[in-house]
Amino acid sequence: MTDTTPNRQKLSLAKGLNAGLRKAMEDDPKVVLMGEDVGKLGGVFRITEGLQKDFGEDRVIDTPLAESGIVGTAIGLALRGYRPVVEIQFDGFIYPAFDQIISQVAKMHARSLGHLRMPLVIRVPYGGGIGAVEHHSESNEAYFAHTAGLRTVTCADPADAYWMIQQAIASDDPVMFYEPKRRYHERAEVEIDEAAGAPLGLHTARVARAGSDLTLVTYGPMVKTCLDAAAAASAEGKSLEVIDLRSLSPLDTPTIMESARKTGRVVVVHEASTFLGMGAEIAAQVQRDCFYSLEAPVLRVGGYNIPYPPSRYEEDFLPDLDRILDSVDQALAF
Amino acid sequence: MHDDAMDSAPTGVPNSVRHHETVVDSPMEHDITDGGPDMVQFVDGEGNRLPTSAANEAYAQIVEDMTSEDARSMYRDLVLVRRVDAEGHALQRQGELGLWPSLLGQEAAQVGAGRAMRAQDYAFPGYREHGVAWCRGVPPENLLGMFRGVNHGGWDSNEHNFHLYTIVIGNQMLHATGYAMGIQRDGDVGTGDDARDAAVMAFTGDGGTAQGDFNEALVFAGVANAPLVFFVQNNQWAISEPNYKQFRIPPYQRARGFGFPGVRVDGNDVLAVYAVTKAALDAARAGQGPTLIEAFTYRMGAHTTSDDPTKYRIATEVDIWREKDPIKRMRGFMTTKGHADEAFFDAVDAEADELAARIRVACQQMPDPAKPHMFDDIYVDEHPVVEQEKADFIAYHSSFADAEGAR
Ligand SMILES: Cc1ncc(C[n+]2csc(CCOP(=O)(O)OP(=O)(O)O)c2C)c(N)n1
Repeated sequence: MTDTTPNRQKLSLAKGLNAGLRKAMEDDPKVVLMGEDVGKLGGVFRITEGLQKDFGEDRVIDTPLAESGIVGTAIGLALRGYRPVVEIQFDGFIYPAFDQIISQVAKMHARSLGHLRMPLVIRVPYGGGIGAVEHHSESNEAYFAHTAGLRTVTCADPADAYWMIQQAIASDDPVMFYEPKRRYHERAEVEIDEAAGAPLGLHTARVARAGSDLTLVTYGPMVKTCLDAAAAASAEGKSLEVIDLRSLSPLDTPTIMESARKTGRVVVVHEASTFLGMGAEIAAQVQRDCFYSLEAPVLRVGGYNIPYPPSRYEEDFLPDLDRILDSVDQALAF
Repeated sequence: MHDDAMDSAPTGVPNSVRHHETVVDSPMEHDITDGGPDMVQFVDGEGNRLPTSAANEAYAQIVEDMTSEDARSMYRDLVLVRRVDAEGHALQRQGELGLWPSLLGQEAAQVGAGRAMRAQDYAFPGYREHGVAWCRGVPPENLLGMFRGVNHGGWDSNEHNFHLYTIVIGNQMLHATGYAMGIQRDGDVGTGDDARDAAVMAFTGDGGTAQGDFNEALVFAGVANAPLVFFVQNNQWAISEPNYKQFRIPPYQRARGFGFPGVRVDGNDVLAVYAVTKAALDAARAGQGPTLIEAFTYRMGAHTTSDDPTKYRIATEVDIWREKDPIKRMRGFMTTKGHADEAFFDAVDAEADELAARIRVACQQMPDPAKPHMFDDIYVDEHPVVEQEKADFIAYHSSFADAEGAR
């Protein structure tokens, strides 16, 4: 991975993460991975596959089955100068660790008047669409984006997976790193030019597709869905711009506003329930900053305000092309 | 049954820790195929009745009191439960279920425990307790809904005194504790009335013992002296992680630190599990407080149908445990003792075939739920947001129907 630069590889998002983790561990001996089943098994999604074999059990730590314990001890390791990368097995299992994350991880730097650092990454495979049982499909990013002291980001494709995980690990602040589990196996050509470094900053939004009639603002698993929707809309002569936020906290507000001013119409799309979700924040900011440029109210397409339902409902629960395009039509009709 | 293994553990074991008078040997040293001398056991691998020992003495009378009929109906439960499990596995492979967590190898632990419960007792399961569900009278086809993705739990817990499956490891241990505290407050403990006194059983795996909730449940139950039996099925693996990644001493030895007894029982010996659980439940109902039972057993299959155990465990281990099969063992015992003849065993197998066929049809015919139902039962009282979304959802979907009709 490191000898030839630039280096083009066809990678899945999962493999991008694996390669990024490997690189970070090679570059910094203080980087340690922790979590349930991350060792021999390579994690239930095999993101850490092969890493224990190569870096040993002291650096790829199979932890007891206890999320509060995992995050709490990672805090201690971070205090001792390590850079722990914690894997939460599934989104719905982060709640036992919620207290440690909210009460301790997020506040440590501020409460120590800047003396202490929490260079900790908490990886969370999130979102639905994989036909799983209860607690395996949630999008709980807003809880963490809402909490000051944390950085919350999410990758949407293999290249971002590769670079963003390294950037997150390099950050001296704690990073909630959300991984769109239903995109793990999607592959793309990734350009890895180590000398040039990451093409984008960790907190920079990306215009994933340029357009002029309306802006779809989205992130994580919905980026692909929105790109598909934009492609379908273009067949009908509508030009949609798609913004992949990448970072949920902080938000790259200028990129969103630039696009909103250009198109005058914004639809925010995410899997999480819309009520008090990321879309609420984005809509509020857009109407504040772009009021005179808007041709239509900012609309939101998201999961419904119900607990994530049994999997036979998820096709209807999750935003799909039709629901996105329906909102696009509503916005364009203003 | 208060163990004293901490005092009697061998000294000088390499990699052991010594603090003052206490010696704790490394969990790495433990043979995961052998439960050690503390383990309560009545029947050996070939089905021979074992003589009275220090470990099983306290429970021997319970086993002595069992009749041939008890043995036959327990055996029947073991076989039918195994069949339910096999059918669940097959249905997943055929695409009818999204996932199936197999209990293969753990039938005796679950049937022994489930059979020891009385109607008024209450069980709080994890997600693998199909055998306990069976003993509580939950129709096996009702277990499939969650794994097919049509619901999050397809039975009324209060109808069977069997709570819904809990996926988040450890959560249910506290619910069970609170429920047991409720029984105490209702005065349904220690009255001496067999039909009234009640207890609770809380089930989790060996991995689950690491969770905060598990440990907090032990604290609460001990402090409250709650009528509760913690039942840890130590099947040796928590997905890919062996026992020594979860604890330094076996779970049954931990109970003492929380102020109540812990017992290790051979989880593949249904008679032993039944006897130990019955004693613990009787004590709980009588007001003597909680017990932690560790059923020493083995997960013969994969963790779930999504798992690949060849990545982390060796085949010889599985082979050793296959020799300890709970059904083979019970059958050997019954044959030796003359509790049943071939015709009986054949009849049970035939019944299992019928049961499997019934489950299969029920699963295949399980309808997809009507989509707007996903908005139902979120709140008890009216909730304008959910109602609005439901109305919008119905309008949105009927707009497609109209459009299609118009074509
Ligand atoms: C809080 C939480 N973390 C992680 C998981 C994912 N998970 C499901 S089963 C399992 C292992 C459980 O092992 P054990 O408690 O030994 O029970 P077993 O499955 O062996 O019966 C894990 C880690 C979960 N369900 N809940």
